[in-house]
Amino acid sequence: MAVIETRNLTYTYPNAAKPSISGVSIKIEKGEFVLITGPSGCGKTTLCRCFNGLIPHFYQGELKGEITVAGMDATKHPTYEMAKHVGLVFQNPENQLFALSVEKDVAFGLENLGLSREEMRKRVDWALNLTGIYDLRERSPHEVSGGQQQRVAIAAVLAMQPEIVVLDEPTSFLDPLSAEKIFEVIYEFNKKLGITVVLVEHRLDLTAKYADHIIVMDEGKVCFDGEPRGVLSREEPRLIGIGIPKATLLYQMLRRDGLSLSNTTPLSSQELSKLILEAFEAA
Amino acid sequence: MIEIEQVSFAYPNGVEALKNVSLTINDGEFTAVMGQNGAGKTTLVKHLNGLLKPTKGIIRVDGVETTKTSVAALARKVGFVFQNPDHQLFSETVEEEISFALKNFGFTEDAIEKRITWALNLLGLTQYRKTSPFMLSGGERKRVALASVLAWDPEILILDEPTIGQDYQQKEKLRQFIVQMQTQRKTIVIVTHDVEFVAECNPRVVLMKDGRVVADGEGRAILTNPEALAQSSIVLPQIAQVFSQLSPLGLPKDVIDTYEAKELLLKTWRRLK
Repeated sequence: MAVIETRNLTYTYPNAAKPSISGVSIKIEKGEFVLITGPSGCGKTTLCRCFNGLIPHFYQGELKGEITVAGMDATKHPTYEMAKHVGLVFQNPENQLFALSVEKDVAFGLENLGLSREEMRKRVDWALNLTGIYDLRERSPHEVSGGQQQRVAIAAVLAMQPEIVVLDEPTSFLDPLSAEKIFEVIYEFNKKLGITVVLVEHRLDLTAKYADHIIVMDEGKVCFDGEPRGVLSREEPRLIGIGIPKATLLYQMLRRDGLSLSNTTPLSSQELSKLILEAFEAA
Repeated sequence: MIEIEQVSFAYPNGVEALKNVSLTINDGEFTAVMGQNGAGKTTLVKHLNGLLKPTKGIIRVDGVETTKTSVAALARKVGFVFQNPDHQLFSETVEEEISFALKNFGFTEDAIEKRITWALNLLGLTQYRKTSPFMLSGGERKRVALASVLAWDPEILILDEPTIGQDYQQKEKLRQFIVQMQTQRKTIVIVTHDVEFVAECNPRVVLMKDGRVVADGEGRAILTNPEALAQSSIVLPQIAQVFSQLSPLGLPKDVIDTYEAKELLLKTWRRLK
């Protein structure tokens, strides 16, 4: 069952000369881990803002086409209603944190869900631990580092356990090992709780291995949509500026030059090493 | 030349962000400062243009101590691009943003016009000349911040996380730009977590942890040293990961370049066949 579906979605910001997304038709199934990628300025963030109704309710502008999210028409339901079903982690965490302490920021969304005090306590502690910021709970979200702010923003959304979580470059300020840990947390969250994850990322070397489905955008349009190995084994995504994982790239180069590797496109270094070792043993 | 001598720095809240750091960065050198969140990377580079002054120790930029000059005087020489562009941008249009510093530095109208055009073109922003920076995407705002600093052509360029939110093509342009700056003997210091970008550029790498420098050397050597990287919360670049997993084949481990990796593997493959 599709949990997000758009048909011919086109949106123009107020006073903008041309649409930021145009003719976008996508389908995201319940429980999928979806990666949205594409060159900077291609409309990824704009599309995410449609998923919880920030577009058109907050940003105004002109929205055409259809969009259904968690069974609701996002153009008719206000963002506060959509927010119960769709959690959005912004690109810049400063735009979303406002409370006096980290803990209060994480609790805020839960207060609005009308949960019991004990349940809220449990969820807040769970999310703080999961994202590794339990020790920061008393601090002001504005005096912790950019990477820590990103963890707070992620914790706040995970705590709500919405049906759909949309994350827009959620770990850009984090060091690689911390980013990897957060992606693993999100992946587990997706697999164990069946929550649909939509992740916007440029760094496919870190994230391609988690995805069931990848959507590549360019100049406001969807240009590739499908299973990651299929999409990333093509030449075109690289040509429009997609940073495909180095392991995938090396695999393509080796095959082109005659090294007989199996035809399952690898998405991580482990997968490529395995293929190379197999080929060398066979030889 | 930048000389950092036994520098320590504590924030007013008592957090000791730098502990006895000594480092010399030569003219024309390209250095990447890497390390985990909170290691002191941004604190260190904020000392290089005098935004922060050491609690202990001395920093000299071309022989002048940063405590004995103003940030304004240093700025002409040392350009600094912040991690978060929203901390830097304030003008109504991209063009005004870029011209602001140029006007302050007293460039002529004619020169300002030329430099704006040059910087916009270099960073692929020409179409946004009259647009508000706040209407642009995160990655585009980042490039506006970079353009506004490049426009005055500082001798030393400090870029805090320049690749955040940038796609592969933009990163490749940034890399080519850095190469070009190096031929002009500009000094470049970047703070970054982006191992793949560093692997492609292969600069000098300074690895930090808990306010100290824990490793300093050629990128290739440091990026293929799993122990050094792990303590700074950095992962091996993907090509280095592959080669560390291929140890049964007896291949070298210090490989970070995709083309070199391909050649090595093909050579071994042909020998086996």
